Amino acid sequence: MTWSESISYRTVIGLEVHVQLLTRTKLFCGCSTTFGQPPNSATCPVCLGLPGALPVMNRRAFDLAVKAALALNCRVAGFTKWDRKNYFYPDLPKNYQISQYDLPFSEEGWLEIDAGQGPRRIGLIRVHLEEDAGKLLHDENGGGQASRVDLNRAGTPLLEIVSKPEVASPEETRAYLEEIRLLLRELGVSDCEMQEGSLRCDANINLHIPQADGSVAATPIVEVKNLNSVAAVERAMRYETQRQFEQFQKDGKKWGEPGVHKATAGWDENSRTTRIQRRKEEAADYRYFPEPDLVPVTVSAARVDEVRAELGELPAAQRARLPAQYGLSAYDAGVLTRQGRAFVAYFEEAARLCGDAKETANWLANDVLQALNESKQAIRYFPISAAGLADLIGEIKATGLNKQRSREVFAEMLAGCPSAKQAMDKLGIKVIADRDQLADIVRRAIAANPTAVADFKKGKTKAADAIKGAVMRETKGMARTELVQEILLEELHRAGSDADRG
Amino acid sequence: MSLDVEQIRWIAHLARLELADDEIDGLARDLNAIVSYMDQLQQLNTDGIEPLAHPLDVKNVFREDVPASSLAVDEALASAPDRRGNYFGVPAVLD
Repeated sequence: MTWSESISYRTVIGLEVHVQLLTRTKLFCGCSTTFGQPPNSATCPVCLGLPGALPVMNRRAFDLAVKAALALNCRVAGFTKWDRKNYFYPDLPKNYQISQYDLPFSEEGWLEIDAGQGPRRIGLIRVHLEEDAGKLLHDENGGGQASRVDLNRAGTPLLEIVSKPEVASPEETRAYLEEIRLLLRELGVSDCEMQEGSLRCDANINLHIPQADGSVAATPIVEVKNLNSVAAVERAMRYETQRQFEQFQKDGKKWGEPGVHKATAGWDENSRTTRIQRRKEEAADYRYFPEPDLVPVTVSAARVDEVRAELGELPAAQRARLPAQYGLSAYDAGVLTRQGRAFVAYFEEAARLCGDAKETANWLANDVLQALNESKQAIRYFPISAAGLADLIGEIKATGLNKQRSREVFAEMLAGCPSAKQAMDKLGIKVIADRDQLADIVRRAIAANPTAVADFKKGKTKAADAIKGAVMRETKGMARTELVQEILLEELHRAGSDADRG
Repeated sequence: MSLDVEQIRWIAHLARLELADDEIDGLARDLNAIVSYMDQLQQLNTDGIEPLAHPLDVKNVFREDVPASSLAVDEALASAPDRRGNYFGVPAVLD
């Protein structure tokens, strides 16, 4: 292994995320934003950029934007304005996009993520509000002669969230996007569907590679586009990390050297590679200037406080509170939090009712989540109420019912049985908790399994499981588990000492 | 500051204007006159004066998030130089 292969480099990723705000109408006109309408059926003079049409700001879009910015810990400006970003592209009917340049409505925030190594804050440069462009369709049948444009999306409100280059790995990239999605969905700001384009992500990535002389070489920055799923983003970052490292070994080109430019690359999900599309030879020149058709917007400190007060408890706070309040592991708290507030509320109610938070979290993280995934249901439509789950957990603890039979009871309740007791009656489960009766069964099982007993005596404590299995078969899984365990060990030790004496 | 021929060509390119060679000198003269007027304005003392974001002293104009009627597809496409089905046709974009 050469020195260069043995060194560790640092991955530097900055993310630019666009999310579509959950408004009924576009940012500057009353056209509908519903997804999937027939092409060019939701346009008007404003979003088509016809002469003389004037934009007027959608109040709800601005309110949602402020809400998102506060949830992203940004400083909301008291005064903000919009600017024209001028460029020519067939999906941009006005030849400018109304965006924000020097006075965005919010700046300097952070997002807490957890990529499995504890919480970490990723700094945000700014969050601003702008309009979307139309959709360009490449004509497969037209022999490559023409493209088609659908302007339904033109003018849709977008929030642009720009991170500092502080995302340090493909895994953190995924965690960052998942956290944004969770946060903005919970707040009703955006539905964040990557497939429908209501969450889009461009990623700027390069590597900082330590050199033998003690300096650090930065590889040329690549902006990766066309990332259509969270998994694709993670894959693209992994691929690009590897590619840049190998490329640097080959040509040693560094960011900042003459002739080294930022490149744009598209992610190809089929081949799972990035393809360099074009080099940005010149700095983009958008000739921004203040949008004369829109007046500035002011936000009072009182309004900021009011919106902040409406945010409620955010995921980062929940991830910290659940372990502190309920003794859950950070992992379990992460699993619950990721499902959203309604799921956490369900957990808290069930935990309070049954008094065993750890067990409640186990049921939710495993059986309940699995059932929800299978039925593609949200927790608020789950057939078992929080009280129902608490009842099940309480009944299991009281009777010592084993896991397998407990799952059968759960399934019965899932099918509509209102209480754990009724479900157990229906299944014919009657837990045997009588010590004498169980001791009798255990002794018979010991007599019938001499090999296991001999193994146990040799120190193979696992051999006891075979005998326990025999007891469970005999009782059809209805013996109280910990009582069986207790009696079994007693009897085995007694059998051992009897044998020694005999 | 004054604009040279290359800058004039660059600005024209950004605005997608095709300039004949004999147009450039005249445009350079006109634009330089504008720029030097701006230079003159820059010399004004603006200490203590709020930057003007908009000539009207109006702020916070909003509309409610209520749908209004859109154009019919045929109306929306009526001025399209190249209508393709219910889409605007544009020269092939390869990206």
